[in-house]
Amino acid sequence: MQTFDLGAEGLRALNSALHALKGQTNMTEWEVINPKGAHAIAAGVDAPVDITVRGSTGYYCAGMNKLATVRVKGSAGPGVAENMMSGTVIIDGDASQYAGATGRGGLLVIKGNASSRCGISMKGINIVVHGNIGHMSAFMAQSGNIVCLGDAGEALGDSLYEARLFVRGTVKSLGADCIEKEMRPEHYAIVEDLLRQGEADTKAKPEEFRRYGSARKLYTFNIDNASSY
Amino acid sequence: MCGIVGLFLKDPKLEPQLGALLADMLITMTDRGPDSAGIAIYSGAGKGKAKITVQSSTPEVDFKTLDEDLKDAIGTPVLILIKSTHAVLEVPLAQMDAARSALSHLRPNVKVMSAGESIEIFKEVGLPKDVARRFDVAKMSGTHGIGHTRMATESAVTTMGAHPFSTGSDQCLVHNGSLSNHNGVRRELKRQGMTFETENDTEVGAAFISHKLQNGETLGNALEATLTDLDGFFTFVVGTKNGFGVVRDPIACKPAVMAETDDYVAFGSEYRALVNLPGIEHARIWEPEPATVYFWER
Repeated sequence: MQTFDLGAEGLRALNSALHALKGQTNMTEWEVINPKGAHAIAAGVDAPVDITVRGSTGYYCAGMNKLATVRVKGSAGPGVAENMMSGTVIIDGDASQYAGATGRGGLLVIKGNASSRCGISMKGINIVVHGNIGHMSAFMAQSGNIVCLGDAGEALGDSLYEARLFVRGTVKSLGADCIEKEMRPEHYAIVEDLLRQGEADTKAKPEEFRRYGSARKLYTFNIDNASSY
Repeated sequence: MCGIVGLFLKDPKLEPQLGALLADMLITMTDRGPDSAGIAIYSGAGKGKAKITVQSSTPEVDFKTLDEDLKDAIGTPVLILIKSTHAVLEVPLAQMDAARSALSHLRPNVKVMSAGESIEIFKEVGLPKDVARRFDVAKMSGTHGIGHTRMATESAVTTMGAHPFSTGSDQCLVHNGSLSNHNGVRRELKRQGMTFETENDTEVGAAFISHKLQNGETLGNALEATLTDLDGFFTFVVGTKNGFGVVRDPIACKPAVMAETDDYVAFGSEYRALVNLPGIEHARIWEPEPATVYFWER
């Protein structure tokens, strides 16, 4: 276990050490202490290592993550796991706005609530939120899945492409071109798998979720749909 | 980008530390805005005294004999505490308006930063650490306070363009964001008798709330009205003699974190601003909801 005191050694030293890990390494377990809401903790890691942050983080924690597992034992500020490519990011507390934005792959788990714009423009990431998601979540989301055990705020899935949105609670309102869709057997399977991966399988069952997706009317500009944009 | 901090104390034992806690919070937010910084501290309400905080670009000229000149004008003794470019004048509460009026004749170049029973505002161009040191903020005690570090967008980087803005007795406001309909709202408020010192959008937000309070609205209702009448991006933190309020626009892209314990309510643009507060590890921490008014009053 490598223990790194962020208060004493600073962010640049931490991220330089983590960026130096490539491919196989025997330094697979990392612990970051005294994060104190610092920005960009463990951003840009590209190695199959396990990093535990003991406290809350600021902007862009685990941004662009590849392969690594990053665990935040607190809450995360804006843009956690932004543009994640692969790996896993697990937040024990809440996440601020645009969690998982533009994420291309991997799994983001938020055990508390996520605020506005969760999964905005996501492109393949899977996001499991044990609590609620805020307004404008999954705005222009292109692919991947959101599984939300709580409620969704206003304008869910506005201008949605092919991401799948599974919500167990209420949806305050649907955004433009987002509609409720039938849950088919393959969707129950996706939710079941993501609940298990997201450590939420004891909290909810797949049959409790509703699915929301794109009505596919706004993909390309059509003058007849001008009032819907 | 701008940085906002606020602290409302519930436990009087923390009052001697208010300035030190708030200055530390504001300095942590320095990289959100390097242009100017300011702080409003509330203390000493209910003593029958009014405090008028004034600013001058030539303090050695303007503040010399100001207490004596003001005493001659209003007929009661005036206490003066000079801190760099600012001075706090203490007069009997009943004489506050007379003192302000006399001041505008005696020292036309002096700017009034704030006036009221408990508010004092200190703000200047520069970094939070320099502004805090210049005005000895860490030594100030009080019941609640708010601070701001500015990255200017809507108007020039000047002392008067720094936050907090005070547009009513014991009232002040700080803002992260930008208002898009401020010219129209300013025009309407001017028509209704409000006066303005700058072309700044935030001053319009402050005056909008002051105008509501003057007309007998509660702080909660005044904050609620910002959601319908002000257009643009805003996270506002507002101070009054007894209270402290927070409101974010419905889009809520300007960040905000709050913490509450039995001893205080704290606001920060980021969690970083809160990490050194006593007992923060056991605080209830949350992100204020969009289009939702929060306020605390004692």
